[in-house]
This record gives sequence, C-alpha cells and structure tokens, in this order.
Amino acid sequence: MNFDRRQLLALLPLGFAGAIGFSFWKMLDRMSAGKFDPHDIGSPLVGKKVPAFSLPGLDGGQGIDTATLTAAAAKQPMVVNFFASWCIPCAEEADILGTLGAEGIPLWGIVYEDKPDTAKKYLDKYGNPYQRLALDIEGRVAIDWGVDGVPETFIIDRSGTVRWHKSGPLTDDSVRQELRPALRSVA
Amino acid sequence: MIPELGNFALALAVCLSLAQAIIGIWGAGRRDARMMAATPGLAIGQFIALAAAAGALVWAAVHDDFSVINIAENSSTLKPLLYKITGTWGNHEGSILLWGFILALCGAAVSLAGGNLPTALRSRVLGVLGGTSCGFLLFALLTSNPFLRTWPPTDEGSGMNPLLQDPGLAFHPPILYTGYVGFAVPFAFAVAALIEGRIDAAWGRWVRPWALVSWCFLTCGIALGSWWAYYELGWGGYWFWDPVENASLMPWLTGTALVHSAIVVEKRESLKIWTVLLAIGTFSFSLSGTFLVRSGILNSVHSFANDPARGIFILSLLALLIGGSLVLFALRAPKLSAGGMFAPISREGALILNNIFLCTICAVVVVGTMYPPFADLLLGQKISVGAPFFNATVLPLALPLFAAMAVGPLLPWKRARLWPVVQHAWWAALAAVVVSGFCIIGMKIIPALAFGLSTWIILGSFAEVVERTLLFRTPVASSVRRARGLPAAVLGAALAHAGVGVSIAGLAGSSLSSQTIVSAKVGQTVKADGYDVTLMQLRDENGPNYTSRVATLFVTRNGVPKMLLYPSRRFFTIQKQTTYDVAIHTNFLWDIYAVLGDEHDGQAVLRFHVNILAPWIWLGAGVMALGGAISLADRRLRVGAPARARLAVTA
Repeated sequence: MNFDRRQLLALLPLGFAGAIGFSFWKMLDRMSAGKFDPHDIGSPLVGKKVPAFSLPGLDGGQGIDTATLTAAAAKQPMVVNFFASWCIPCAEEADILGTLGAEGIPLWGIVYEDKPDTAKKYLDKYGNPYQRLALDIEGRVAIDWGVDGVPETFIIDRSGTVRWHKSGPLTDDSVRQELRPALRSVA
Repeated sequence: MIPELGNFALALAVCLSLAQAIIGIWGAGRRDARMMAATPGLAIGQFIALAAAAGALVWAAVHDDFSVINIAENSSTLKPLLYKITGTWGNHEGSILLWGFILALCGAAVSLAGGNLPTALRSRVLGVLGGTSCGFLLFALLTSNPFLRTWPPTDEGSGMNPLLQDPGLAFHPPILYTGYVGFAVPFAFAVAALIEGRIDAAWGRWVRPWALVSWCFLTCGIALGSWWAYYELGWGGYWFWDPVENASLMPWLTGTALVHSAIVVEKRESLKIWTVLLAIGTFSFSLSGTFLVRSGILNSVHSFANDPARGIFILSLLALLIGGSLVLFALRAPKLSAGGMFAPISREGALILNNIFLCTICAVVVVGTMYPPFADLLLGQKISVGAPFFNATVLPLALPLFAAMAVGPLLPWKRARLWPVVQHAWWAALAAVVVSGFCIIGMKIIPALAFGLSTWIILGSFAEVVERTLLFRTPVASSVRRARGLPAAVLGAALAHAGVGVSIAGLAGSSLSSQTIVSAKVGQTVKADGYDVTLMQLRDENGPNYTSRVATLFVTRNGVPKMLLYPSRRFFTIQKQTTYDVAIHTNFLWDIYAVLGDEHDGQAVLRFHVNILAPWIWLGAGVMALGGAISLADRRLRVGAPARARLAVTA
C-alpha cells in the first residue's frame, strides 16, 4: 500500500500519542516495580564532586570557589547553604542555622538571586551564622549545583564530594534526624 | 442501604452506557430508525442513574455514614454541612463519580437539545459519548468505587484535606470538570463525523456551541483554581506552572483554537481536518489532565491518591479512546474533502495564525511539563522545569498573538488588506502608545509594554463594534439601534477578547507588586512599601474543626488609618495540618495581602504584599467567559433549525 503525503500526515498524531502513551506505560511499569520514582527530586549532585564555580564575596569579603571550598572541606566537612533575603522559609530556618554556626560547624552561605544591600539587611536582622558569604546574583552557579529553590543545604565531605542535600528549610527534626547523622558519618 | 442503592445505580449506569454505545453506533451504521430513536432515551436514563448514585453518596456524607470507606476517610462529624456535601467530590473516588455524572449530563443535553441534528449523526454522537462514559464508569465501579463498605465502622471520620475546606475550592471541581468533560461533545462529534466520512458547514455550526460552553466553564474553572491558589496557599502568586495547572491549560489552549477554527469550518467549509484533530486533541488533553495527575507520574503540589495499578487501568482506557480516535483519524481524515486555498491576509488567515500560535504555546507547555519524567526515564537525569522556562518560552509566543487578536476580527473574509483595517483601529493603537509611553516613566520596560498591549487589545476588540455601530459618526440613538442589531457573536467576541486584555493588565500589574517580610512583636510597627503596619494583637480562636491563631494588623499610610487586617494560621486538629488564611483587602486596583507566618520567641513572621491590579487577572477571565456566554446567545448558531429559531423568538 502506497502512502501519500496526506496519509502520512494523518498518521502523525497517532504516532505521537503512541510514543507518549508507551513511555507512560514504561514509567508506570517501573514505578510499580519500585525502580522509578519521579517524586524523588534529590539533588543529582549527591555522590559527585563539587561543580566548578567561582563567586565574589559579599561586601568585599572573601568569595567562594571550588578550590577554597574543597580545601576547607579537606580539614573539616562543610555545610553550604543557599539562601535569599526574599525567601520566607530562609528566614524561618535562620534560627537553626544560627545554632549550627554557634556550635562551630563550618557553614558557608551563597546568596541566591539577590542584591548585596538587601542581603546585608537580611543578615543584620536574622543574624549571620556564615563564616564566609558569596553572591550568586544571577543564580548561574545555583543551576550548576542543581538548586531549584532556596533554601537548599549541602554537606561536602573531605574529598570534596557532595554527601547530603536538603531542599526546603531545615527544621529541628530534620537537623536531628538527618543533618547531624550525615555530618557525623563524614566526620 | 442507601449506599448499596448508589452502587446499584452506578452499575446500572455502566449497563445503560454500554447499551447507548452499541445501539447508537451500530444502529446508525445499519440505518435502523428504531435503534437510532432509542439512544436519546438511554442517555437520559444513564444520567438519571448517575444522579441517583451521586445523590446516594451525598446522602451518606450528610448522614456521617462512616461504614462507607470513602466517607470515613474524607469526612468527619465536625465538618460543616456545606463541606460534607462538596467533600464528596474532593477525593479521588468521588471526583471520578462527578466526572461520570457530568459526562452523562452532556449526553442528556445532546439528547434533549439535539433535535435539529440528523438522526444518524445524533445517534453516533451519543454512541461515542456512551462508550466514553462506559469506560470511565467501569473504572469507577472496579477500581475507585466510592460505595465500598468497611466493618466495623469507625465513630469518627478522618476528615478531608484542610486545604479543600474552602468555599472557592468547593465549587472549583464541578466547574472545571464541566469544562474538561464538555469537550467530550466536540470529540464525539469529531469521531461521529469521521465514521460518517463527511464534514460540512452545518457540522461546524453544531460543534461550536458545545465547544464554546465547555470553553467558558474551563476558563472559569482555571481562573477559580488560580484565584484559590492566590488566597489560600498564601504564597502571593497566582500561577505556578505546576503540572496540574499545566494539565488544565493544555485543553484550554487547544479548546480556544477549536472555538476559532470551527468558525472557519462554518463560514468557509475549510480547515475541516484540522478542526477534527483539535476536537480530538482537546478532549485527549482533558482526559490526560484529569487522569494522569492521579497516576503519580507528574510531580505536583496538588495531591491525589497515587496508585500505579490504577494508572495502568487509566492508561489502557486512554489508549483505547485516544488511540482509537486517532486510528480512525489516520484512516478517514485523508479522505475528507480538502478546503480551498486562501489568502494569508484575511479573516480565515488571521484565525489560522491564532491556531498556529495557540497550538505552539500548547506544545511548549506539553514539552515543559513532560520533560522531567521523560528525561528521568530516558536519560536517567533528575531535573525540574520551572517558571523561568515557561516564562521565557510562552511569553514571546503569546505577544504576537495578543498583538494580532485586536485586528483579526476586523479583517473581512476571503481577501483583505491590512492597512485599511489598521486605520479603523488607529485610535486604539494611539491609546496603546500613549499608555505605554506614560507607563515607561518610572516603570520597567516589559510591564509598560504589557500595559500598552492590554490597552490595544481592550480598545481594539471593540473597534469592530464601533465600526459597525458608526459610533461618534451618527447620532447616538442611531448607534444604539445599530448596536441592538449586531449579532450577539460580534459583541461576545469583542468582550472575550477584551477580557484577555484585562487579564494582561492584571498580569503586568502583578509583576510590579512588592513583597515585604518582617518579623514583629505585638505592638511593634513595621514599614512595608509605604504602609506602616502595626501588629496590634495575636489571639487564639476555635473553629469547628480547627484552632486558629489570628493576628490583628492595623495599617496606616502617611499617618492616615487605612484598614484592619486579620491574617490567620489554622491548625486542623484531626489531620495535624496547618493552613494559612490570607487577609486580603482589595479596591480592585490593588490588593493588600497579608500572611501570618510562624512565631519564634514572641516574634511573628509577617508577609505583606501590595499586589497591583491582581484582581484583574480573574476579572479578565470572568469577562472572557461572559463574552463566550453572550456569543452563545447568537441565534446564528442555531440557523438551519427553523423549529429552534421559532422557539427562540417566542421565548
């Protein structure tokens, strides 16, 4: 049977729908087998080295780049926190970060899509638990880190590998049940 | 007893819908007059059966019959009566029943209002609707039966998702579903036409009112959902490009295209194959939208019970319906007679431009929504596609569409020239430039242009009305007389287009909105975007099934008292879940929007937004739907039906 152009065009929607339908079937199949979980939006970075980046510091302070971060983490595992002054959950986790910082846990902060002066105002108000602060004004570095919304918190081990990740604000529970055990395991 | 009757009624509806499908399609094929005459009765019977089933579920909910699993899991004695009733469709099982009920309502409506249709076409349309109905009612009966019992019953139900306990959301599903399901009728018309192998201008005229009704409901449904997200979620936004939102946007985009392309079928007997495909596509998107979000594939903030096993059933059903109709399309569409060629600058050319842009936007939304699960499946990559992608891709595609939509209706059919038409709308263009120029002072460039665009659309939409009534060129009385004589479709289209302009103004205004987050002690005054906000008091209140923490905010501007706001945080005791009750004070030009956040050490986190023109976003959607409704009143939609026309005159 010869197909002319009209017939091929008319087949196009069927082929398109068929491909999508087949993929959905594969997904459902693998979901029920427990091999596929679209809801797990864990960071793709966990288990990988810190991506290459370099950011200027806030207010003339020292910035953060791959080399300084891995060098610092080689001495003691680091906590890296992405935040912004416009973000409410960030303000909510500020107390908890303050406690962690006061305990001497090395905590570096990256300001995400924010202006230096609003970030400074935010730190004046909610306290500054970070030993070092860098500015990611355009959010480019955040993309490399796989950050899809602030706040997000990462733990970097001595080899410069991302070991743990949490998107959304830290809570007392998540610090006790996840962050502290993760820090202990890489100490 | 009553739930068993409901179960029986549901089973009866399955049988009736199966009979409707077989007798409708087979009877039309055999040209059997008695079989064809029986289908409307079956459709009405199915509707009555499902009304009884839905009534039984509402009865069980109102009487707190916790021996019914569905009621025990989603209701409680503490729930206010209104939410006991509306809660029946707030869960998976009940919403499927509602879905089937509305589909049966559509079938009954076609039976009753379709007296002017050729008998064979009506029979086939009802047959297709019956088959669709049968599949989904079987799904309800076998995998999502709302009438299942449990023994022993519990004393108290576990209550429903607190976010759903809200008047806006109570009526959101029926309206949205009427929009989704309504597109089953154009779909059935398309499939029936493919079976018959004939499409003519009359077909376009019959399809359009059904598409238009569904479109109006879908527009309202989406707007209501977005409004709910705005005032209930307390994030200050109105659209999050969430998969569930995108799933409702896709059929809206193709449905909008369908409403327009059906005009070309009706007026020029052209674009037939494309219109058929749009009708199939719109209902396919509606189906995928309602059902795939329940399979757990798409990651969304809107939660429904996710169950891969249910997903397989749904997917098979979708494959049968969508796949079946597309196979029919592939076989029959090439045999339909093609329409004539036409000039790019003409009314039909403008309508094609509209279709191209709407469908491209839809394709972009599909890609953005589907990419994360597909990338995960095929490439093993975890990614999320968010607002930046959609804003960057949809906006450039929407702009030319918006710019053209004011001129499109002014173009004559067949062959036109652009320049004389633009001359008719010169005053709208002038106003747009003036508004843009005025706004550009002290405003970012994009919102300024958007305000200009909005002016252009609102004024340009009425250019045809102004032109046809000779407004300002003849005495007012003469213009009024001419306006009375205008077809309702012209007024409706102008209003619907203007509605888009109103929404654009709302979107542009919202992009200028400000947001301030402060933490304050009781008695403290904080500054937020020119307002002084004093936290007067924090107190506890008890609701029927929640406890509430209410803040009293006293807002002044330059020392002048403006308003008291009472944002609150509700804690639902049974579900141990917190919702935020936003306080909104609106004057229709801007919303003052306050949220009470968490409290730490006697300090409460307050979020304070000034959302400029925000109410216009939903107001615009309302105007669009109103335009659609007025257009429906046009008697030309019923031309060719002398009996109906006489009825319309006497009514």
